[in-house]
Amino acid sequence: MAEVAQGNNLGTNPGTNLGTNQGGSVAVRKKWGRGFDIKKQSGFTTIAMICFVMLYAPILTLVVYSFNAGTSVAIWAGFSWRWYESAWANQQVYDASIRSLTIATFAAVVSTIVATMAALATTRTKPFPGLTFIYAFINQPLMVPEIVTGIALLIFFAAIKVATGYTGLGYLLIAHTAFCIPFAYLPIRARLENMDLSLERAAADLYATPFKTFRYVTLPLLWPGVLAGGMLAFVISLDDVVITELVKSGGQDTLPTYMLGQLRRIVTPEMNAISSVFLAISIVMVTIFFLLNRKKT
Amino acid sequence: MADGKSASNPAASAAAAVDRRDTRNRWLLSAPALIILLFAAIGPLIIVVVYSFLKKGDYGGVEWQFSGDGWYSVILQKDIFTDAVTVADAHVSILLRSVKLSFFTTILALLFGFPTAYFIATRNEKSRELWLFLITIPFWTNLLIRTFAVMEVIRNEGIVNSLLLGLGVIDAPLQIMFTDFAVMMGLLYVYLPLMVLPLYASMERIDFRLVEAGYDLYATRWRVLRHVIFPLVKPGVIAGSILVFIPSLGAYVTPRVLGGGRNLMLGNLIEMQFGQGRNWPLGAALSITLMAIVMIALLLYVRNASKTEARHG
Amino acid sequence: MTYLQAFKSTAMAVTIMLALSACGEKKEEAASEGASTATSEAASTATSDAAPAASTATSEAAAAAPAGGSLNIYNWGNYTNPKLIEKFEKENNVKVTVTDYDSNDVALAKIKAGGHGFDIVVPSNNFVAVFINEGLLEETKPNTMSNFKNMDPRWVDVDFDKGRNYTVPWQWGTTGLTVNTGAYKGDPNTWAILFDTPAELKGKTNVVPEMNDVIGAALAYKGFNPVCNGNKDELKQVRDVLMASKPNWISMDYGNVEKYAKEDIMAGLNWNGASMRARLQNPKIVYGYPKEGLAVWMDNVAVIKGAANIENAKKFQNFIMDPENAALISDFAKYANGITGSDKFLDKEFAAAPEINLPEGQKTFIQAACPPEVTELYTAIWTELTK
Repeated sequence: MAEVAQGNNLGTNPGTNLGTNQGGSVAVRKKWGRGFDIKKQSGFTTIAMICFVMLYAPILTLVVYSFNAGTSVAIWAGFSWRWYESAWANQQVYDASIRSLTIATFAAVVSTIVATMAALATTRTKPFPGLTFIYAFINQPLMVPEIVTGIALLIFFAAIKVATGYTGLGYLLIAHTAFCIPFAYLPIRARLENMDLSLERAAADLYATPFKTFRYVTLPLLWPGVLAGGMLAFVISLDDVVITELVKSGGQDTLPTYMLGQLRRIVTPEMNAISSVFLAISIVMVTIFFLLNRKKT
Repeated sequence: MADGKSASNPAASAAAAVDRRDTRNRWLLSAPALIILLFAAIGPLIIVVVYSFLKKGDYGGVEWQFSGDGWYSVILQKDIFTDAVTVADAHVSILLRSVKLSFFTTILALLFGFPTAYFIATRNEKSRELWLFLITIPFWTNLLIRTFAVMEVIRNEGIVNSLLLGLGVIDAPLQIMFTDFAVMMGLLYVYLPLMVLPLYASMERIDFRLVEAGYDLYATRWRVLRHVIFPLVKPGVIAGSILVFIPSLGAYVTPRVLGGGRNLMLGNLIEMQFGQGRNWPLGAALSITLMAIVMIALLLYVRNASKTEARHG
Repeated sequence: MTYLQAFKSTAMAVTIMLALSACGEKKEEAASEGASTATSEAASTATSDAAPAASTATSEAAAAAPAGGSLNIYNWGNYTNPKLIEKFEKENNVKVTVTDYDSNDVALAKIKAGGHGFDIVVPSNNFVAVFINEGLLEETKPNTMSNFKNMDPRWVDVDFDKGRNYTVPWQWGTTGLTVNTGAYKGDPNTWAILFDTPAELKGKTNVVPEMNDVIGAALAYKGFNPVCNGNKDELKQVRDVLMASKPNWISMDYGNVEKYAKEDIMAGLNWNGASMRARLQNPKIVYGYPKEGLAVWMDNVAVIKGAANIENAKKFQNFIMDPENAALISDFAKYANGITGSDKFLDKEFAAAPEINLPEGQKTFIQAACPPEVTELYTAIWTELTK
């Protein structure tokens, strides 16, 4: 079935493909009546909306409580900016946030690049010697509980730290990159499996170099997968507590490890304030992203 | 490949050479990922395997002395009071609970994630990106905080209970916190984008002319979904399920915070051995067991998937 | 979306990230002048003056590293008063870094592994002996330091560090009961609240998931030796008590201040400082001192063997034995310190709080580092309890 789909697809831009089909063909409209939307699945929109409400209800609560004047994250005591002020004044929080963003950006970019290469190598091919091995190898970080990887890395890196004397951020960067790889790899692979080689073959027939083929044919088609993979990797890195806690050297707290340290004692709305700031940053980025795209098209 | 028969046939041997070069190139292309993983994920795991066969240290850590105790106590336990050897029923029940909760979380994630991804994939090109980002925005907050946010919603005086009380649906707050259901909701909340993003990535490529053809043949919406759309996005479904199921299995923070830490999951049990329990060899052996289970499941999947791929040519 | 557009957007994102980190550097310089750090209480007032001061100070302040070198502290999270650090930095012209951990076991594992780069660690009483036995601590002889005279005599000859050759007190507290008197009118001063739960509290109690604390409390409840008890007959009874009372507990969890304040939990095994914080939000809450005996614990500042900044670390040990500085520690985390004379630098209400002052004649015990065979027994009971 996929064969047929891909065959028909030759030469058309899959992006516009979706848009132009709105409403269906004349034949379908005749059979099913006017306004028949072939893309509709009953109840899907409702479920999607429930999903979004579910996703945002806790987050909104969190944002609201970040403006709580009281010391509690549970009891409302009036509006105030105090937690934003104290978060801003808290040097540890500030450093940890920047460190978290730096690590997540690095890990997301690097892991997405290597995962894309690996995905290209392991899909759309007949089985070759080692294919299963590579696949299992890449997905291995998924199979190991964080605490185990964490302990293993603690012992391994400690030996390197003692031997080389280098205790910088490098260990965290590479550890994060490694466990982000499968998260970047799987969406890209899923995307590639739906693409066949006919366009690339056509490009090659037109004497495009392999690089040009990749750059102008494969990558644009693959991009949503790359984007999904990169976003996943970023989020996963931003979330990691256990491995970071065990790998970090002195003065390398990330936001999650900093927060973990707070949990056993007391949770203040300062945490909510920091999270709200992160949300705000992401919303700003999304908006810019969105507006830039709109201008282009 | 290069056996006597193909060597006697020049065309076949040329094809074999192409195959070999292709294989080499594919290995080279995978190499950077493999090297990073070897250095910072898999190599160090050899340490874990070695540790599982060592004697436990008195205060955590290990002593460099061979011992099968770690593996022995994965499945068997000596009753501390009667010395009778029985199946380690605590470990087994924790394992079963973890599998059960992760499985239902994955099903829930699919039930919610599939329509959501579909909804996003069928928007027009511009708003698609917006919806996609709307899914990920909540995940810019850290997992701990998100878990706490979920707690705010389901706790006795939280939004859900206040709403239901206000509407007169219930007269006393529902105890949602600290139940298996709370853990499942928490896991679902935390891992939902891991389901939606891969699903979206494969749905975005659906050629709706196939769907149209389905309707041309008088298929119902359900039959189109079941027989046209679902097969097309199967790789996404599988990728998403893996991404949700496996982290759920090893989840540590959510069962602790939302489940109230009373009924542990595998991740907590393993953490316990490396922490307060001070039995690193057992912790190592338990983790290898977990890995083995997941590995077998994955290999079965790969075998299945490569069969399908081969059909595509 | 085309590749080009996506590339541009990514470039934009990276630019934002760079801009952010540039701001970060600037702020760091400002802060090293010591202009801005505030506890949660003082935050709103402190920051308003700090901001302008910081911006003017930058130019002269930052560049050179302090002449006194640096100090790397590894401590429990949310436990170190920034004002204390600031004061130490100023007095000694030292750059201090604080890194957090959340359990004694993580700290031990990390320091044992080596290559961590820390100078100071703050283990609890039952871990100090482990650190010493494993040869991980520097024998700094705090008992010869100038401020040693301030240490409360009851904390000098402690079992885990006799005569104080390695460690100095950071803070101490007790592991007792938090009880909401609105839900339960009876006597809060007994472990029966957890192990023979009154009907009003069934399904509403919590214990912290600390194996030694919970098993210790159950041992005390049964009248057995609560410190590293290896007696199997007694442990068997304790296991039965624990298994029978588990259905009455709603959770086994940390971080409970709001859950007690918001009445998700009505009673439970808890630390005194956490209980006080809950009481400040909900006056119905009291701290119970179980008459069967309760654990007293202490976190202690120790210098790690082979630390890069040993002299600064020693200075820090001496520094926190000064009553005024010790008061800063307590002021932040709301636990008592082991230094006499720090009371007069503390809030009167705090110094007189019922959670801080042990009642006359209260039975107490101090947990030790249990031998492996006892830990094994405890772990088996604990695993059964949480299956």
